[in-house]
Amino acid sequence: MTRKQRRLTIIGGSLAVLAIAAALVLNAMRDSIVFFSTPTMVAEKHILPGRRFRLGGLVQPGTLKRGDNLAVTFEVADGGAQLPVAFKGILPDLFREGQGVVAEGALDASGVFRADTVLAKHDETYMPKDVADALKKQGHWKDDYGAKANAGTSQTAQGASQGAKQ
Amino acid sequence: MIAETGHYALVLALALALIQSTVPILGARLNDGALMNVARSTALAQLLFVALSFAALVTLHVTSDFSVANVFENSHSLKPMIYKITGVWGNHEGSMLLWVSILALFGGLVAAFGNNLPLSLRAHVLAVQAWIASAFYLFILITSNPFLRIANPPIEGRDLNPVLQDIGLAVHPPMLYLGYVGFSISFSFAIAALLEGRIDAAWARWVRPWTLVAWIFLTLGIAMGSYWAYYELGWGGWWFWDPVENASLMPWLAGTALLHSAVVMEKRNALKVWTILLSILTFSLSLLGTFLVRSGVLTSVHAFATDPTRGVFILLILCIFIGGSLTLYAWRASALKQGGLFAPISREGALVLNNLFLTTACATVFIGTLYPLALEVLTDDKISVGPPFFNLTFAPLFVPLMIAMPFGPMLAWKRGDLLGAMQRLLAAGIAALVALALVWAWTGGGSTLAPLAIGLGVFVIAGALSDLAERTGVFRMPPATAMRRARGLPRSTWGTAFAHAGVGIALIGIVCETTWNTEYIATMRPDDLAKVAGYDVRLEGLSQRQGPNFREMVAQFTVGLDGERLAVMTPSKRNFTTRAGASTTEAALLTRGFSQLYISLGDVTGDGGIAVRIYHKPLVLLIWFGPVLMAFGGLLSLSDRRLRVGAPKPAKALRGLQAAE
Repeated sequence: MTRKQRRLTIIGGSLAVLAIAAALVLNAMRDSIVFFSTPTMVAEKHILPGRRFRLGGLVQPGTLKRGDNLAVTFEVADGGAQLPVAFKGILPDLFREGQGVVAEGALDASGVFRADTVLAKHDETYMPKDVADALKKQGHWKDDYGAKANAGTSQTAQGASQGAKQ
Repeated sequence: MIAETGHYALVLALALALIQSTVPILGARLNDGALMNVARSTALAQLLFVALSFAALVTLHVTSDFSVANVFENSHSLKPMIYKITGVWGNHEGSMLLWVSILALFGGLVAAFGNNLPLSLRAHVLAVQAWIASAFYLFILITSNPFLRIANPPIEGRDLNPVLQDIGLAVHPPMLYLGYVGFSISFSFAIAALLEGRIDAAWARWVRPWTLVAWIFLTLGIAMGSYWAYYELGWGGWWFWDPVENASLMPWLAGTALLHSAVVMEKRNALKVWTILLSILTFSLSLLGTFLVRSGVLTSVHAFATDPTRGVFILLILCIFIGGSLTLYAWRASALKQGGLFAPISREGALVLNNLFLTTACATVFIGTLYPLALEVLTDDKISVGPPFFNLTFAPLFVPLMIAMPFGPMLAWKRGDLLGAMQRLLAAGIAALVALALVWAWTGGGSTLAPLAIGLGVFVIAGALSDLAERTGVFRMPPATAMRRARGLPRSTWGTAFAHAGVGIALIGIVCETTWNTEYIATMRPDDLAKVAGYDVRLEGLSQRQGPNFREMVAQFTVGLDGERLAVMTPSKRNFTTRAGASTTEAALLTRGFSQLYISLGDVTGDGGIAVRIYHKPLVLLIWFGPVLMAFGGLLSLSDRRLRVGAPKPAKALRGLQAAE
């Protein structure tokens, strides 16, 4: 083999691997990316049942109900709209009414959001960034959230809870 | 007084770093030995002052001086001593101080043990180190000073976030930083080579041990962090493809590639330009990791910081160093002479293949981590890229890499014999097929992918063993000869075998845990019995207990197997009175061989029951045992005679390196 042929082999091999990687990435991008929505956005966009997305907002006070066998229902609100959420499993340590929450799952036929994962932040002053941004954009940002968030420089870990897949 | 001393020492370290970043370069241009030697003394003095500054912050935390804002926000007088010390780096300011301290430590080590380096190379390397150090000193002093005082000192502190009050914090960040920052040495060597326009095999010989040290620490740091998340977050996951985890995985992948390409450069004087580029990329990814974690652009497990001025400052550092080094590379790389030739099927070819797959895998992680950020900046759409993305991209790229892995060490340099390598790997292949068939038969053919993956893991392990068997001739020679040959084998060969086997072991652990783990989630009342993977888990009762700075509710479980009582497990839920409403879940673990039983608690229900999560995780410990074995292989390789030859005080220098662990 000449030097040129050797180099071409290596370059050709590299391009082949890169092409495979690009194909894998594009394929994965199409299937496994999850969008973020707030209840208002859900109401406006008419998301189809069964399509997975992340729902963020505040847990509406007074709506948390615990059923049998770790079933939980609550409503997520963002000031503009509310969306009922059903979850089965253990909620994160700092899941509270009135606090920010992000749930992942899909709507069912009756318009209830069936979550299989609920994330909350492990900090009393914390609000998930997606939720804070969305609330700010809609003008529902209360200044005391900001004051609280600034008071604590250390906001931290994410508790996550994964329930039984339904 | 201590705070002011620490602050002042940090300013002095900055001044020293500024001298170190200019004078030695000037000396190299003027060919003035005295000016070049300034680098050595300033590097050591810089280390002294940073160490002083760090010691000052530790003292402030230990003595609970709440007049210092950093201590007030992250400490509490009732906190146990160990967490008072580890709390120093459990916050943004302190962890950045740890970062520069380690940077200065590496600079000091080069200065102290680099006597055999050519004078101008050492001057350039230390000057580049000082550029990085200056940037980060400025960052700390301007945006994140840990020594700021509070006008009206409060009596009590706000306490460290409870999740961080764990022994994991003592080990994980320092290890990770030793890894991240350790790659700054190979970066500095690469920039120095570009500045000097000269690079040879000796250069690779100097770079390799430093890269290896950084890689060992990063490997252990990532494994440690993963185990910490596993037992502390309370739901049994050990890798979340969280952006912060990816931030440490990317430099690891690039660093692993660098480690292998540096071998080619040292042995065959080939792949020079590529090795330089990898050195730059590896440290750039370390800087990117620091940016992702420290700037607060992500909201995830470790994002402690929210201040945007910090983010912009680190972004600026990132752009200057990555942009600058890549520009320099584009400008000067063509000046470096091309090295030895090799056929595609050869040891070099195998190592190129390794580099190709590792860097491509690294690129997919990069895309998955940064694409959501880029999309949000550009279109305001918020998306999340989770485990499915990485499983679909990262995993398929690792499969060919692992298939090729046993072939590499079997091939000769320059021109290899693939057929011969296949013959020698026949035994490994048979072992893999037997394992595949056994697993498939034993699990009743439930999953097809899992037995295949386990077969691959066995192939990698058996391949590493057959390489050793081949070299020692253990099955062909009399035992005495084989023994002698085994002793005569270079330690780096043993290191390669251990590290490669470690990859296979980790793969087996990952596959077994994800495929056959059993999960049981339910509300339990005292005397309730749960059956999980053959174990009988009985809740005996709940009790309250008072800890140093928390109250905890402890659940007593007895675990039995086939009617025999095995152990008592006591998971708990802690409420931290010192930090209103903060609570953590302390999981209880029962280790049986390499498998574990895992219990964590949820909320108490109204009628006296408690939500309980019980997992049985088969062979889960292999996931972390694999990386430990890899790091051990790295350590063996580091102690190889070849890397010591030519050093003036070889034994001492190496002991010094190992002691840093």
